[in-house]
Amino acid sequence: MMRDRDTQEPLDVDLDDAELAAKLEKTWASRPGFWGAIATVDHKVIARRYVVTAFVFLILGGLLAMAMRLQLSRPEACFIGPDRYNQIFTMHGSNMMFLFAVPVMEAMAVYLVPLMVGTRNIAFPRLNAFSYWIFLFGGLLLWLSFALDTGPDVGWFAYVPLSGPQYAPGKRADLWAQMITFTELAALAVAVEIVVTVFKQRAPGMSLDRIPVLVWAMLVMSFLVIMAMPAIMVASSTLILDRLVGTQFYNPALGGDALLWQHLFWFFGHPEVYIIFLPAVGMVSTILPSFVGRPLFGYLLLVMALIATGVLSFGLWVHHMFVVGLPRVGESFFTASSMAIAVPAGVQIFCWLATLWAGRPVFRTPLLFVLGFIVTFVIGGLTGVMVASVPLDSQVHDTYFVVAHFHYVLIGGAVFPLIGAVYFWFPKMTGRMMSERLGRWAFGLIFTGFHLTFFPMHILGLWGMPRRVYTYQPELPWAGLNLFISLSSVILAAGFLVFFIDALRSWKNGLPAGPNPWKASTLEWATSSPPPAYNFRRIPVVGSRDPLWSEAADLPVAAGMRTHRRELLVTSMVEALPQARESSPSDSVWPFWTAIATAIMLIWSIFSPWAVVWGSIPIAVALIGWFWPKGTPEDES
Amino acid sequence: MRDNVILDVSKLPLHGMGMVSPTWWGTCAFMLIEGTGFALVIAVYFYLMSLAPHWPIDAPPPDLWAGTWVTAILLASVVPNILISRWAERRQLRRVQVGLIVMTLFGIAPLVFRIFEFPALHLTWDHNGYGSIVWTMLGLHTTHILTDVVDTIVLAVLMFSRHADNTRRYGDVQDNAMYWNFVVVTWLPLYACIYWVPRL
Repeated sequence: MMRDRDTQEPLDVDLDDAELAAKLEKTWASRPGFWGAIATVDHKVIARRYVVTAFVFLILGGLLAMAMRLQLSRPEACFIGPDRYNQIFTMHGSNMMFLFAVPVMEAMAVYLVPLMVGTRNIAFPRLNAFSYWIFLFGGLLLWLSFALDTGPDVGWFAYVPLSGPQYAPGKRADLWAQMITFTELAALAVAVEIVVTVFKQRAPGMSLDRIPVLVWAMLVMSFLVIMAMPAIMVASSTLILDRLVGTQFYNPALGGDALLWQHLFWFFGHPEVYIIFLPAVGMVSTILPSFVGRPLFGYLLLVMALIATGVLSFGLWVHHMFVVGLPRVGESFFTASSMAIAVPAGVQIFCWLATLWAGRPVFRTPLLFVLGFIVTFVIGGLTGVMVASVPLDSQVHDTYFVVAHFHYVLIGGAVFPLIGAVYFWFPKMTGRMMSERLGRWAFGLIFTGFHLTFFPMHILGLWGMPRRVYTYQPELPWAGLNLFISLSSVILAAGFLVFFIDALRSWKNGLPAGPNPWKASTLEWATSSPPPAYNFRRIPVVGSRDPLWSEAADLPVAAGMRTHRRELLVTSMVEALPQARESSPSDSVWPFWTAIATAIMLIWSIFSPWAVVWGSIPIAVALIGWFWPKGTPEDES
Repeated sequence: MRDNVILDVSKLPLHGMGMVSPTWWGTCAFMLIEGTGFALVIAVYFYLMSLAPHWPIDAPPPDLWAGTWVTAILLASVVPNILISRWAERRQLRRVQVGLIVMTLFGIAPLVFRIFEFPALHLTWDHNGYGSIVWTMLGLHTTHILTDVVDTIVLAVLMFSRHADNTRRYGDVQDNAMYWNFVVVTWLPLYACIYWVPRL
């Protein structure tokens, strides 16, 4: 057995705070320079890259939305032709779902979960680095193909037979399907990291009933990713097989079935909505208590509601398929389950209202976005209950009513909390406050612009305007509302512009934040802003659900960790009793090379099935380089 | 904030085995992902079967011998696999080394028989929906065997290197053994679907 080679190396108990911090900095910091940046496995650095990249994709997707609004602002406009329009709405949806919403929520988890559970890095930090590169390459693949006029044009859910070999010649649909493979691979990797971080790396004493709600939300989200995303990977892979090597999965003439695609897609697609929404629930539940000055009302109920929502989300997928002619009994079942999920959602809303009611709200920007979320999400939820009913859904299916509904739940239900979360955690991530004045402007413009843009779409839908049309005739009664919507979308865009300007300005010139500017209660506020590479000088010990509220003066911590290697505490799953001082992997460029090799194989395989054979060899080589022990202190046991 | 030391962890081990190890949990999470994938492929199989007027479509049921040999070898491999996990737990390096070589052979053998399973289906992947799904099932599972064989070979080389005698490596051996059990267990429903459901 390998012995402890450096028994002279001091433990943290032998050092004073300053010496300990210097020693930990030396052990945990990434090397400077280009390759240091490529090799870093610091969850905060990778999360920051993830967040910034996802917001760049949000801006790009937003520009596409503005282009569509321009085209629809008057009847028979000629700004964009039908082919380009097909590409634009496909890009908009795919980009917002796969390159913005899911990645940005996972990125917030990558940043916040290790800090909130009081550990020094995420579990499998190299996998985390790999995940970011794969996500980036998938996003570049999609956008470069759009720039080359080969952007996918089959809608963000790419129904067959439209996306099949017969009706979608060329490589557009393949590029969409392979982008899916990239982003889902990245998402699955992060999900595994989050699950293991929450299960095994919580601070001593953080038993299950003391886990912050945000961490619970990210845990449930990760399980949804793990159970739902294989479905879309099966779907996209079989679609590519149909298109490339002539399998017949989706060909009804030869024993395949077109509806199989819809089942597989929505078995993933409905949990996907909750993959985006549950993190937002966690954010709201964390932001609220800090601005009302009291603990969250109904912690247990909220956690149960999160889990219930996660479980139920797998029983809803057929409500996307009410008009395809399924058996009546099946439709009734899925109507019932779709309505049932409103129950845990309602429980959450009432818990938040009770928290607000019992506290003394201080209306700062993050709280404004939370309030905007509650209002907007309730409206979106109500139209959700409406379209859960088969007769109503049959009427409004594929109309702007549905477009209005899902923008209410996605923007209202996830983007509003996300922006609130950015205002809330920006001081932690950068060490600087965002502007309260600009924040109020951003909220006002976004909230007003959002409702003026999307509420009229309900009416347009009821008036029969179908989604995904590139223009409409002047005789139809839709022109006035469309112009109104297009003008309103400018207000919404202006709001986002103010938000981005605020974020950029504050990054450089914001007021210094200090460790805990909001007097919040969770562990990420116990360390400096921004946190050092090692997160915590000593691992905190948790004695209550709101650790920073119960221990005002000093922080209870554990000591006895080694300092010359990256080390963190592994604790038991239920009670978080300390079990081992586990090492955390050092920086490595191999995840980057593995991602490059994987990207080459995946893109090549759009063109030739042999890519899977030959392209796997460099991946295997890179993986061996990744896992081969390098004799670092981290390898000691 | 000032630190107030209330807990001493200096006596804790520098690495945990089994359920203490994050890698063990990571392996479980990946098995859950891939298990979901297998379950979905089986669901697709039954979905297409429920739509077909007769099953299999335009082909006789697959020949049994190759697939049954694969099943027998996979089941037999569980015995050395459990042993190697036990030896790894006891840190018996020599036995683990022998065991990894044995497990490499037990990984290659089913691959040899697997080559004959594809022609035993009596149709190609592009023939019809039935051909597509059975080829995909076999292909997906073959990828898993192949991945674990490569993994086992790398691990075998590693256990003959200077990095071998380390609790961390023994943990890797155990996780690899657990993953092989997963590869065996997932094959059983696939075997039943591919070979016996068409005979019902």
